[in-house]
Amino acid sequence: MPDLLQIEHIRKTFPGVIALDDVSFSVAEGEIHTLLGENGAGKSTLMNVLTGLYHPDRGTIRVNCQPVAFASPRDSLACGIGMVHQHFMLVPAHSVFENILLALDRVPNLFSRKKYQAKIQQLLDEFDLQLDLATPVWKLSIGAQQWIELIKLLMRDCRLLILDEPTAVLTPQESARLFKVLLKLKQRGKSIIFISHKMREVMEISDRVTILKKGHSIASLSRGNYDDKRLAALMIGEDMIPQWEKRAQAGDQIILDIRQLAVRNDRGLADLEDFNLQLRKGEILGIAGVAGNGQKALAEVLTGLKSASHGQILAGGQDLTSSNARHSYIAGIAHIPEDRKSIGIAPDMSVDDNLIMKNFKNGTFNRWIFQDRKAIRRNAAEKIEQFAIKAGPDGTPVRYLSGGNIQKVIIARELSERPAVLVALYPTRGLDIGSAEYVHKVIADGATEGMSTILISEDLDELLKLSDRIAVMFRGKLIGCVDPQNTSREEIGLMMSGERQGGAA
Amino acid sequence: MVEILLDATVRAGTPILFATLGAIINERAGIINLGIEGLMLIGALAGFAGTFVSGSLLIGVLAAFAAAFIAGSIHALITVQLRGNQIVSGLALTMLGIGITALFGKTMVGRTIEGFERIAIPLLSELPVVGRAFFNQDLLIYFSFLLVFKVWFFFYRTRWGLAVRTLGENPAAADTCGVPVNLYKFLAVTVGSGFVGIGGAYLSLATTPMWIENMSAGRGWIAVALVIFAGWSSPRALFGAYLFGGITAMQLRFQAMGTTVSAHILQMLPYVFTIVVLVISTLRLQKGASQQPESLGLPYDREDRK
Repeated sequence: MPDLLQIEHIRKTFPGVIALDDVSFSVAEGEIHTLLGENGAGKSTLMNVLTGLYHPDRGTIRVNCQPVAFASPRDSLACGIGMVHQHFMLVPAHSVFENILLALDRVPNLFSRKKYQAKIQQLLDEFDLQLDLATPVWKLSIGAQQWIELIKLLMRDCRLLILDEPTAVLTPQESARLFKVLLKLKQRGKSIIFISHKMREVMEISDRVTILKKGHSIASLSRGNYDDKRLAALMIGEDMIPQWEKRAQAGDQIILDIRQLAVRNDRGLADLEDFNLQLRKGEILGIAGVAGNGQKALAEVLTGLKSASHGQILAGGQDLTSSNARHSYIAGIAHIPEDRKSIGIAPDMSVDDNLIMKNFKNGTFNRWIFQDRKAIRRNAAEKIEQFAIKAGPDGTPVRYLSGGNIQKVIIARELSERPAVLVALYPTRGLDIGSAEYVHKVIADGATEGMSTILISEDLDELLKLSDRIAVMFRGKLIGCVDPQNTSREEIGLMMSGERQGGAA
Repeated sequence: MVEILLDATVRAGTPILFATLGAIINERAGIINLGIEGLMLIGALAGFAGTFVSGSLLIGVLAAFAAAFIAGSIHALITVQLRGNQIVSGLALTMLGIGITALFGKTMVGRTIEGFERIAIPLLSELPVVGRAFFNQDLLIYFSFLLVFKVWFFFYRTRWGLAVRTLGENPAAADTCGVPVNLYKFLAVTVGSGFVGIGGAYLSLATTPMWIENMSAGRGWIAVALVIFAGWSSPRALFGAYLFGGITAMQLRFQAMGTTVSAHILQMLPYVFTIVVLVISTLRLQKGASQQPESLGLPYDREDRK
């Protein structure tokens, strides 16, 4: 097969960061080519270069052996290159139809609604997708929104489809369906660049794999020339992976008792409904579910960011739902938020200051009405060593740290007060394997010392590895609790898509 | 009585209606324009001067559109091309408008022109109650009816309109669909500004056919508030503008009837009403019934790393 796309020696820098240093690879016609790499390896940057969003500093891109320069996404679309971005490029307030229509080429300014609706419907039928064109996008599940993105590209007749971690937001069943569609597209001669760091999927679907590491393309291997161990070794390289062991069973004492909790969101819809859950001392309770099924609301109501519209949160028999006791109690809950840059830290403040944000009112860091800079510095030095944070020179704003190190700053701060409960929302999302393992180790060690953890994650492997129990959420409700020891990924996947489990723990 | 009041309502509401429609076009593309007050003044002076020099009302209206279009392109340049702060740029535009019209308007003070005259539409103008108010008016008012519909049609029935709405919601989505983001934003700001200019010209060509310094008297700010009240929709803007026009008409009527309430208090009413409207619509926004374009006020930089 001839090469549809060739990329040679691409370099792209941002102020202070080399995102891509020297990247080369090629994609053949009718090939599924996987880009594998840890977060921060430059996968998304590379794809943004390919779609004309970023301009490379150096290097050439060839389509059908012709060198091309993309000034904007318009140009790359004209070459038949389209992308499903990790953060969907959709307008939530607009209908499915409007979102797809805008992506179409050569639509007259005064278009016939019927004609284009029929065209889109035809494609939907072809791939056996059920989507109501008139529904506003915000009402749809994340999985459905991803189909819209894919439809946008197919309607435009793109020859090269780029999918940036498409399965991160899907249940295993939905992923399987996506793969079926991708294989069908491949048979029709479309090329696909598939980005992932889930080894299982990569092994299943790829014709060829290119591994990115720290902005370099370090290897391109065809199917048959690799196995998962080889890929993992190439991807991680010599990075250290911390070792940890899962400790003994959880105790019997109930730390948190959530009863019939309901939370409404800004649109007045229920984010959580009739939610019942108990957390025991020293337990790691995993919460599985496709993102957007109420996990965030659960974390926010537990950490006091949102109030419940109904139901109770009991701790040691005391009702904390709305009383003043809630405030003092919340002080004992540590929170690793989902969006670490916008909620977890104050990006422009230094590591030192970010580390004392939770307890700056303590006498330790104050002298009369002034800050005790020496004590703050001492505290930071201690934490930086203890949690192995690569913090740069003193006074570096946190925003310049890598994702993994920002997460360590948050964890160091949150765990400094020895909390009774940790609520961790997607704590390893976007982290490289080394940092992710570190987070796991901290959570497991905490449990050994009696800290109870609610671990919300979309990574089933992570949940199965860490949790004592896994609760599955769907559309704001608890579908059921299962024991990770004797439950398969498929069973949990089914529950994630809303099928109730009969007679589970 | 009702007929007269309704008629005065439409006449008082029309300049604000034009300004609100112009502002809606701006904000739908994601650009806040606080220069509306200044643009109205520029339109008022350009409209009056154009008519005075040429003797043609049409040329006056076109001059108002063009002058406001050019003034609006300053705001577009700063906010779209240079990604500057929209609030600061808009406020500067208002101050520029006030100052520049005071300066160049000196020679126009005290001059007179023949303003727009009423043209009755046969049959329709005979209708009871509404006939006189809506169908025995001047050409600009008929144009404003058309514009309300056109703006709605543009946003909800054409592809360009869809593209502009997408810019206000999620410019990155429009960009990845191949929409030339900056060009469309620029045009939305300038064309919207042009319609604001016509709103100003209505004051100097129809309401009182003369140029008076600072004659917009805060109507531009009311338009800014009405955009929120109207939920960024042009038919609701018509309603809002007439509601405001109605209060203006009513307080004038009270004054003419010689009530004991101080004229100053009565003149305050439209502005008090604006504040009340803002409070109510803001409360409604917080309840989540928001139609506010999601990226309103945010500059778009394609290479920005989020």
